[in-house]
Amino acid sequence: MTVLIDTPPDPIVERRRAVQAAAASSLKRRKLGSRVALTVCWLFLAIAIVPLVAVVVYVISKGLPAWNVDFFTKSTTPEGVPGGGVWNAIVGTAVITVIGTAVAVPLGLLCGLFLTESDGRIAAALRFTADVMTGIPSITVGIFGYIAIVHNFGYSGLAGSFAVGFIMLPVIIRAGETAFRGVPRSLNEAAMALGARRATIARKIVVPTALPGVITGVLLAIARGLGETAPLLLTIFGNQYLQWNPTKTMAALPPLIYQYSSQPYADLVQIAWGAALLLMVIVLVLSIGSRLLAVYLRRERR
Amino acid sequence: MTESNSMPRVAETLTERTERALTEAPAGEVVMTLRDVAVSFGGHTAVRNVSFDVCAGEATALIGPSGSGKTTLLRALNRMHDAERSARVTGKILLGDLDIYGPESDPTLLRSRVGMVFQRPNPFPTMSIYDNAVAGLRFNGVRKKALLDEAAESALIAAALWDSVKDRLKAHGSTLSGGEQQRLCIARALAVEPEVLLMDEPTSALDPIATKRIEELVGELKDRVTIVIVTHNMQQAMRVSDRCAFLLMGEDKAGELIEFGPSARLFSEPSDPRTLDYVNGRFG
Repeated sequence: MTVLIDTPPDPIVERRRAVQAAAASSLKRRKLGSRVALTVCWLFLAIAIVPLVAVVVYVISKGLPAWNVDFFTKSTTPEGVPGGGVWNAIVGTAVITVIGTAVAVPLGLLCGLFLTESDGRIAAALRFTADVMTGIPSITVGIFGYIAIVHNFGYSGLAGSFAVGFIMLPVIIRAGETAFRGVPRSLNEAAMALGARRATIARKIVVPTALPGVITGVLLAIARGLGETAPLLLTIFGNQYLQWNPTKTMAALPPLIYQYSSQPYADLVQIAWGAALLLMVIVLVLSIGSRLLAVYLRRERR
Repeated sequence: MTESNSMPRVAETLTERTERALTEAPAGEVVMTLRDVAVSFGGHTAVRNVSFDVCAGEATALIGPSGSGKTTLLRALNRMHDAERSARVTGKILLGDLDIYGPESDPTLLRSRVGMVFQRPNPFPTMSIYDNAVAGLRFNGVRKKALLDEAAESALIAAALWDSVKDRLKAHGSTLSGGEQQRLCIARALAVEPEVLLMDEPTSALDPIATKRIEELVGELKDRVTIVIVTHNMQQAMRVSDRCAFLLMGEDKAGELIEFGPSARLFSEPSDPRTLDYVNGRFG
């Protein structure tokens, strides 16, 4: 540093020294503050993760002993009769979810596309409705299904599909909209400038570009629908026997867990744990699968 | 004081002595030294073989076509790459005697000495004009109101913004025009009184008139702070810089320093044929 004795003190140099002195002297305090904040973040992260891990570990430890060949191949037995499995509930959950998905996905994605392409009043109303629907308690959906379907046509797997589809619909609409909106405006404009019509742009540009996001959203919606209990309790009635026909009453995993876990028989409680583990594994596989698929599809693009 | 650059060099004039004091290091003395600097991301070299000196009281321009590593190099000078996990900076960068990547160096303190202005104006949207101007001082633990006020006024005057904002310091930064926002960002950087100010294509998002004002500012600010500016605009480099570093992307996509020298010479009689081609607009 050059010292010039005959120069009057310069305000900028003075200020630079003051700022650097303040910065240096407060550095320790600032570092401590940042370390404390970081520690608190880690602590809260741990607090949030502990129950999650605990649930997973507990379900695995309780559910795994129930898993055997019979569990996956035999139907449920009446109370007091030992043995049996949850094959009928697996089939029921699969059939109900597949039908619910088959209805909710095209409907939801088209609504999502509409929301992306339109900014009018109808779109605003639809978006608001979808948001409200996301927040509707699932028991309400169950009662709605009960009154609208069961009351008129009786208990059936289809009534359950309707209720599950109702739960999935708003999730798919918003996931679809988010994915479609992520498509850069410039791609839209490029297609428009080449003379493409709106429907063509949507079909050839928007949907393919947004596909990874759409798939992730749909799989997450399915995972959500799989675990719903309340809507099924009021719509499918349950069935002790294997039933592939969705117009009849059906068994499903979530209501089975609900019913068996409160039974006074140890073997039924055991089966409930096994079913809970199965449901958890399916949801986990779907979630991880959707991530991997999205990553894979994005990489393919490059 | 802004005239001092064009004044003939008469030893020991008061102006010159004041100028020396302002930049701490006497004008023309080396403030930053780069030796064999290279930056790589996850094993891919983005820029390498960079060695030159940044002199006090001058504006040094980094020029070159896209992908030549200008911005990457600039960001190495105040350790902005620290936040990027895969980034590695090798070679030596000295600020005065301090090895900025050495164990003695704290990135936070370093950045209060080496400030930065970015491509797009980025005033903090939740803060008023005044709060934006003194944000850096507050981050650095300055609490004294008198010092904050004085620094804000001085920085806003230096950034040629004071007259238009002095009556609405409480207004949000977003109420300013793009060019004014960029000048607010310059004021924000100046208020910390850094020794070096890094400017990363500061006019690329601005219209020609706003660009002209920023370019004029660069000339005026050199007495106060040493400037390193990245630009893809050769005319701009010619107008604002005293020295110039020309970078070019090599065969393997890594940028390299081709030539460094006084701007006047680099633009009129460069020693490397590639520089000649570039400054004559034959490519890039």
